[in-house]
Amino acid sequence: MQHSKTQDTLVGLFVAIGIAALFYMALQISNLGSYSNSDSFTVSARFQNSGGLKVKSPVSVAGVKVGRVSSITLDKESHEAIVEMQIDARYDNLPDDSSASIYTAGLLGEQYISLDPGASDDYLKNKSKIDITSSAIVLEEMIGKFMMNKAEGK
Amino acid sequence: MLELLEQLGKTTRGSFAKLGRATFFLMHTLTGVREILPRPSLLIKQMYSIGVLSFLIIAISGLFVGMVLGLQGYYILSDFGAEESLGLMVAASLVRELGPVVSALLFAGRAGSALTAEIGLMKATEQLSGMEMMAVDPINRIITPRFLAGLISMPLLAAIFSSVGVMGGHMVGVGMLGVDDGAFWAQMQNGIDFNEDIINGVIKSVVFGFVVSWIALFEGYDTIPTSEGVSRATTRTVVNSAFSILGLDFILTALMFGDI
Amino acid sequence: MPNSASSTNHIVTVKNLSFSRGTRIIFDDINLNIQRGKVTAIMGPSGTGKTTLLKLIGGQLYPDAGQIHVDGQNVHRLKTKDLYNLRKRMGMLFQSGALLTDMNVYDNVAFPLREHTHLPEAMIRTVVLMKLQAVGLRGARNLMANELSGGMARRVALARAIALDPLMIMYDEPFTGQDPISMGALVHLIKSLNNTLGLTSIIVSHDVRETAAIADYIYVLSEGKIVGQGSPQQLADSKSAWVKQFMNGDADGPVHFHYPANDYLDDLLTAK
Repeated sequence: MQHSKTQDTLVGLFVAIGIAALFYMALQISNLGSYSNSDSFTVSARFQNSGGLKVKSPVSVAGVKVGRVSSITLDKESHEAIVEMQIDARYDNLPDDSSASIYTAGLLGEQYISLDPGASDDYLKNKSKIDITSSAIVLEEMIGKFMMNKAEGK
Repeated sequence: MLELLEQLGKTTRGSFAKLGRATFFLMHTLTGVREILPRPSLLIKQMYSIGVLSFLIIAISGLFVGMVLGLQGYYILSDFGAEESLGLMVAASLVRELGPVVSALLFAGRAGSALTAEIGLMKATEQLSGMEMMAVDPINRIITPRFLAGLISMPLLAAIFSSVGVMGGHMVGVGMLGVDDGAFWAQMQNGIDFNEDIINGVIKSVVFGFVVSWIALFEGYDTIPTSEGVSRATTRTVVNSAFSILGLDFILTALMFGDI
Repeated sequence: MPNSASSTNHIVTVKNLSFSRGTRIIFDDINLNIQRGKVTAIMGPSGTGKTTLLKLIGGQLYPDAGQIHVDGQNVHRLKTKDLYNLRKRMGMLFQSGALLTDMNVYDNVAFPLREHTHLPEAMIRTVVLMKLQAVGLRGARNLMANELSGGMARRVALARAIALDPLMIMYDEPFTGQDPISMGALVHLIKSLNNTLGLTSIIVSHDVRETAAIADYIYVLSEGKIVGQGSPQQLADSKSAWVKQFMNGDADGPVHFHYPANDYLDDLLTAK
């Protein structure tokens, strides 16, 4: 078949733009670009209640995102939630006595883990455990408690 | 009443016969892949008329859909003080639904109808028959490259639609309405998952590309070889493609994102 | 001679062929033979299924009963691959030309060569130009198929049909809708190609004069039967009223001018 070179070029251009668009979607639109397993380390923490925390929920220090939750499992013996999180390798100087709390972004927003840096000279590293934790605040529980106190106080 | 039942039975039988023909047609088309792959020039020619010529309409439509999403999303989200989520809203609607679905609908209108008319006219002017008498299998030689070109072009076009759409949303949201640039992208990247959203969107567009190309080529091949037959087949391509795209979209969405 | 068993002298033999479309019977138990190296014409009024006969010979349609042998092979018993191999040796010229509209003249003629041979492009060029020269259209090689007149399209189609040097060519209504000059050109071409290339030609037509001028043997079909056969001279002298009407083109005769209908007067007087 005789066909022009411009046709070849245009088809090549079209395929290139299409593939570029696929990469754009992967890297710029989705989370593929923002987390990578190679340069991160895993730490874990135990919570009484992990509330609405989900895998991939953000982990932040002073409001800056430093990593994300990688797994949430139940410890069969203590009935506590074990939350593993991947912290970006850049943040390798978080003190190992930091505390972890589960907060909610806004009144109805997503839940996330906030790390509060401690004062230790040793840093968190791969497979470290965070000992000081405070659980998620479950709104219904709080309201329930509040109502109960009111009723008792009367 | 009896006549009505008879009519219904006749229609059912006709539909099943057509479905059977369409299935054999598809099988025959797929067997041609082996013969076409060593001759990429045939494929490139069709990629040009199917993919390249659909590029402009897809890119422009994507831009406008993204801009409208940016505008509408901003008005709704600002009521809740959640303008920062605009990026997420625009990207999620585009990547999950509008990208694959709208680009497939446009593709059916732009490339699908052209394919049906082309094949239908080739049949009406005895080109297919003539090819058969020249000992060339018209399905392998004519249909298969077009089918492959549709299958390859559709996901690329959908990706272009979504990407341009996100840029359009960014233009309106960040450029005109003053949403924070960092928040726009951060919320988007936070909320859009590569495996769940992007890959599923691409799978959708591959399925739509398959179905639209199949319908368009079969309607052309199965057409009654008169000008009226070709025009009706072209209409059927657009209507049936639209139904199939929207119906399949529901099924795929339920399978991918829901727990039905 | 015509009804003898398939000898090597017959390139096509049709035996007891029956074919129907829905309830309409197109062929009812017909027999005919096509002699090698000759121009054989199959004639008859429109709608007698002459084109259908060519499609049956080419294996595009299946008969209800009977066999068709081409070059000793039963066309409808062949596997797809063997049928395709046989078709490479049969050229067919469709009424419309059936040129591929997305290519120019040169590529159309080169099409069968590129599909079926692995000849280098330089060799293909030589063959294509030779074939185009044979039909007098070497100068038109860069025109697109839709830029050709009907007569030119048919000549290009003829060049394409002979590109693979087939054993035989089937012409479907080659003279229909042609002006006298291109008609003359086609008549001349068919005859000279048949003689110079050693082809066998089958012409399906209802143009009596042109066909009779070049045919060696003619079959006349009507209503699914062969109603007359012989050399053009024999048919011209035929005693059969039907053959006479057809060969002379009389408006009325055994074939009536009117399509069967109820009484004219009754029809006019019947109120809605």
